[in-house]
Amino acid sequence: MGTTLCLASRERPSLTDPARSPFAISELTVSYGEKPAVLSIDATVPAGSMTAIIGPNGAGKSTLLKAALGMVPRLSGAVTVYGEPVEKSLHRIAYVPQRASVDWDFPTRVIDVVLMGLYRELGLLRPVRARHRERALACLERVGMADFAARQIGQLSGGQQQRVFLARALAQDAELYLLDEPFAGVDAATERAIITVLKDLNAEGRTVICVHHDLATVADYFDHVLLINVRKVAEGPVATAFTPENLQKTYGGRLATAHIDQLKLPAA
Amino acid sequence: MGSEFVQLSLTPMLIGILAAIACALPGNFLVLRRQALIGDAISHVVLPGIVAAFLITGSVSTWPMLLGAAGAAVVAVVLIEAIKRLGRIEPGAAMGVVFTSLFAAGVLLLEQSDTSSVHLDVEHALYGNLESLIWFAAEDWSSLVDSAALRELPPELFRMAGAAFVIALLTLIFWRPLKLSTFDEAFARAVGIPTVAVSLGLVIVSAVAAVAAFDAVGSIIVIAMFICPPAAARLMTNRLERQVFWSIVFATLSAVLGYVLAGYGPLWLGGEHAVSAAGMIATVSGLILALAALFGPHRSRIGAPTGS
Repeated sequence: MGTTLCLASRERPSLTDPARSPFAISELTVSYGEKPAVLSIDATVPAGSMTAIIGPNGAGKSTLLKAALGMVPRLSGAVTVYGEPVEKSLHRIAYVPQRASVDWDFPTRVIDVVLMGLYRELGLLRPVRARHRERALACLERVGMADFAARQIGQLSGGQQQRVFLARALAQDAELYLLDEPFAGVDAATERAIITVLKDLNAEGRTVICVHHDLATVADYFDHVLLINVRKVAEGPVATAFTPENLQKTYGGRLATAHIDQLKLPAA
Repeated sequence: MGSEFVQLSLTPMLIGILAAIACALPGNFLVLRRQALIGDAISHVVLPGIVAAFLITGSVSTWPMLLGAAGAAVVAVVLIEAIKRLGRIEPGAAMGVVFTSLFAAGVLLLEQSDTSSVHLDVEHALYGNLESLIWFAAEDWSSLVDSAALRELPPELFRMAGAAFVIALLTLIFWRPLKLSTFDEAFARAVGIPTVAVSLGLVIVSAVAAVAAFDAVGSIIVIAMFICPPAAARLMTNRLERQVFWSIVFATLSAVLGYVLAGYGPLWLGGEHAVSAAGMIATVSGLILALAALFGPHRSRIGAPTGS
């Protein structure tokens, strides 16, 4: 924990107190083989924020989320959700994996995928009732996919697949939304639909964290950023942390200065 | 179709059907997880375990065989991991090396040991002894309600029925975690499903199916039934629930048609001897898969490389 965090916590104690944060990680280290993918990262995401996790390819953004949720073994580090260990808080979290991580040829329909979001309620054997279907349909409605409920998922475009994944997360009715690259490879209409839903979720008081790759939209979509490249580079409100210097540090030589200048950066 | 059928064909056919279904049920998930070869691997790997168990206990009863098979499976997993790490080669190759070597070791072990007193030999390991599982005590259909005759039913029938029942029950109970973790493992983990345990459970259930079926029908049917009926079923529908239903239909059809064709087909064609029922059942399941691939309603895959 650096001095910045201590300062920040004095200014806004309720937001950056790890015990109240919807997502706080400390000293998180993950390694595939010999090279660390994530090295000793601390982060305290403020409650009610729209947070982007930003960094170059291979910076460990997705790994950070997966390790935090226990899908990838952590070498060290602790993750808490509202002060509780993440393992005990899965019911408060909705996770949207990368679209490309599943086989869309799987024999199932759109509505069945959304119903998977109700797994914690339905458990092993409780039957799916009309009210569950209605809820799933309402979630599809929210992402503009209600007409596709009976389609086989392989018949969807990439953007439609992403919306179905979001609908499944909506069905979970969680407090914390973790999304891995929700805007990757989607059409403009889908991007608008997704950001609208995410902002609505945020307006309802839920915390949204996205692994995000498009620097041009960061300032429009998010209010908090975590810049990482294996290690943490910066964390904080977009206005103070999403700066050309920090981006240069995050991306190194991979991001030309001219490119940074074109970005919609917050006025310094 | 009277007394002769009940005495000679009814029980082998039932055992064939039950074995086919017991393997096809977990096969659906193995195929969707792109782990279809695990069924193949298991059925090969269990052979040395079963032979070793026989050599130690001197009997072919169920529990020693199951334990032997499970032990062999554990050895195989450890070997595959070791070869993968030490040899730095891809898992498929490690698997291929381990399961063929273990099967070969099983064959050698079998040839060297004195198994003449029991139905345990190389041929039996491949084809089983389906045709010999006849119901001596049966007179005709009325034997089905004759308790004395029913007691004389071949024990393989009960063993196979028990295994098929347990596997069907487990598939029903764990349907949701199985489906969810097969489709989207990351999401399944995030909602608290122990996906590693689910995968392991699936492999264990497959091993139980393989071992139970192995004794009665041999490894050829086991390998074919893990893959052919589920793969054909996938081409018939776009819903997992229906796919599993179709796989049961195809497994049953393969067993019945295969048994009848093996027994009577060569005679109809002017031949003198019946052919191996196990071989014919596996062949029929392959033909069904070929027909489904040619005419199945969902044979064009949206996710295929050409389509995207």
